[in-house]
Amino acid sequence: MSNEGKTPLVEMRDISIAFGGIKAVDHVTVDLYPGEVVGLLGHNGAGKTTLIKCLSGAYHKDAGEIHVNGERAEINNPRDARDYNIETIYQTLALSDNLDAASNLFLGRELMRNGLVDDAKMEAETRKIMGRLNPNFKKFNDPVSALSGGQRQSVAIARAVYFDAKILIMDEPTAALGPHETQMVADLIQELKAQGIGIFLIDHDIHNVMQLCDRANVMKNGKLVGTVNVNEVTDDDILGMIILGKKPEHLAA
Amino acid sequence: MSDIKDNSAASSDMEPTLTKRSLLDTLEIDVRLLGMLAAFLAIVVIFTIWTGGVFIRPRNIFNITVQTVPVAIMACGMVFVIVMRHIDLSVGSLLATCSAVMAMMQAYWLPSLFGLEYGNPFILILTILIGLTVGTTMGAATGWLVGYQLIPSFIVTLGGLFIWRNVNWFATNGQSVSLRDPNLLMFGGTEGVLGATASYSVGIAASIAAVYVIFASRKNKLSHGFVVKPMWAEGALTAIIVGTIMLFVHWLSLYEIPKGKLRRMFEARGEVVPEGYTAVHGLPISVLILILVAVVMTVVASKTRFGRYIFATGGNPDSADLSGINTRWLTVKVFALMGFLCALAALIAQARLQSHGNDIGMLEELRVIAAAVIGGTALAGGVGTIYGAVLGALIMQSLQSGMAMVGVDTPFQNIVVGLVLITAVWVDIIYRKRMGITK
Ligand SMILES: Nc1ncnc2c1ncn2[C@@H]1O[C@H](COP(=O)(O)OP(=O)(O)O)[C@@H](O)[C@H]1O
Ligand SMILES: [Mg+2]
Repeated sequence: MSNEGKTPLVEMRDISIAFGGIKAVDHVTVDLYPGEVVGLLGHNGAGKTTLIKCLSGAYHKDAGEIHVNGERAEINNPRDARDYNIETIYQTLALSDNLDAASNLFLGRELMRNGLVDDAKMEAETRKIMGRLNPNFKKFNDPVSALSGGQRQSVAIARAVYFDAKILIMDEPTAALGPHETQMVADLIQELKAQGIGIFLIDHDIHNVMQLCDRANVMKNGKLVGTVNVNEVTDDDILGMIILGKKPEHLAA
Repeated sequence: MSDIKDNSAASSDMEPTLTKRSLLDTLEIDVRLLGMLAAFLAIVVIFTIWTGGVFIRPRNIFNITVQTVPVAIMACGMVFVIVMRHIDLSVGSLLATCSAVMAMMQAYWLPSLFGLEYGNPFILILTILIGLTVGTTMGAATGWLVGYQLIPSFIVTLGGLFIWRNVNWFATNGQSVSLRDPNLLMFGGTEGVLGATASYSVGIAASIAAVYVIFASRKNKLSHGFVVKPMWAEGALTAIIVGTIMLFVHWLSLYEIPKGKLRRMFEARGEVVPEGYTAVHGLPISVLILILVAVVMTVVASKTRFGRYIFATGGNPDSADLSGINTRWLTVKVFALMGFLCALAALIAQARLQSHGNDIGMLEELRVIAAAVIGGTALAGGVGTIYGAVLGALIMQSLQSGMAMVGVDTPFQNIVVGLVLITAVWVDIIYRKRMGITK
């Protein structure tokens, strides 16, 4: 697939952010086109989560620019990101354990009726989307603390998918899932991609990345090692980039 | 639609083997509420027997409810504070400062500044408005220090406990101030009652509202195809609620105003009591205010965005932030609300005592926190109910009044209250462990 001539959905240019002395993200540039799945790879602590948190509004970048649909975007908090139709599935899931699935799904965007939150409507909508994403899901009236890891994950995924995301960030979305559920997430990614949604996918499993992604960015120690087209490289090439922190000779050209 | 079918299938599967837990689940009865009600009833029964029936008399019930009001009102606000994973140790001192400001307003500042006479309605209105504003502002200041400056609420409000207690002292020069404005006394209890007709009207209106809310919610659930309680259960629950409301109103309406007091009331108007004339207390205005506060706070907690965000933040502050909730501003609002309720409690407490004393609200912060905790509010945050806190306050006050009536010394009363606090939390922990509830 060629992106030439198209406007990128998202461009993160020269992003830097430091915590104390640690340069968590150090002059990183990545982009994402409509209908594209772009992987972010790297060891723990490479800066992947920190980078996407600058896009989702959770962190405030120290330097760099973010462009959405070719226009400069000011993203200072999670609400700004939502306004740009950027939805995020966080590695930590970011669920309020004491609330039920529907309250979590609609948190910050409650459905209202006569000025009051309409729990029945929200539960009905949650049942609908869960019926599509995870038909086995039954615990609609329990706090999410009572759910299994996979069920919690599906609540987090449902929350990102429900609100018509244009840009979807998935930070290790299959970390808590078994093989069957992982396959369901893979199918979902294909489906969303077909709808023209752009997806940043952070995943430790190189197989998943090779299967689902069009391009992959590799990070190490906060720096971007390189960006490759997935169909032009092998698993070993990418592993080499992750471990050694440099592009293989035959791609470096 | 298939999920709805599944759901009803699942519940009918369970029906033959209805365990205790699943029966309570279908009826959507809160076990903790049931436990607290049982504890409360036990206290009432025990002291009624022990006092030979005096405890349950309308006069005593009237007094207990009136004495419960200030702590219960503040406990409603404390639920939100604790749910947000904070604490407010300054509420007793805040109450004192609000009380001092209001007392000075009605006795000296307003009359001399505007040349108003005692009894002028402007004194009443201005005193209340200023008192509530002061309380809200002090609460907001606490919230700003906690929410924006990230100073732990324990520290800010521990400091507040010292500061406001002594600001109160300076405002009145350490003197007691009696309530000169007669209108202000109506918040106190016996001086401000609705009488029989108005009390029954309020009771009937409240009953109608309760029935409407229950069935509107049922209809809304049905319209989305959800399983609802069986009709008999809904009916029984409604009957219990309406019955309780009307019994309470009826009981307080049996409490007659003493003859001597009636005579004085008529004399004040230059009249004489007609032959055979009697009057009853009925609902005190202060209790009505508490009921209003509790209802509004319950709606806020469960049906508004503000309440939803308080609970979401208490459950996981990060998730609330990432969902775009402005948790700092939320903190300011929660403490401001707490301050507002402290001022309201101050208005009622000083009216009941008919004066502002230096030690008003002393140690009240501990009772307020205890009421919230006995009522099931978890200090870890995220969990708590308004009705629980009100019941908690009522349980503590009933215990204390009952013990006082049977001649238990004050120090021992306090020991019992302390034991009850610990036991309530202990029982809750054991229950949760047995039921496998993690949070
Ligand atoms: N809020 C924070 N405060 C301090 N250091 C942080 C914070 N968030 C991330 N870091 C640091 O930034 C680096 C990158 O972390 P992260 O983005 O989570 O890596 P990854 O997601 O690739 O595993 C790590 O060294 C981490 O300790
Ligand atoms: Mg990470």
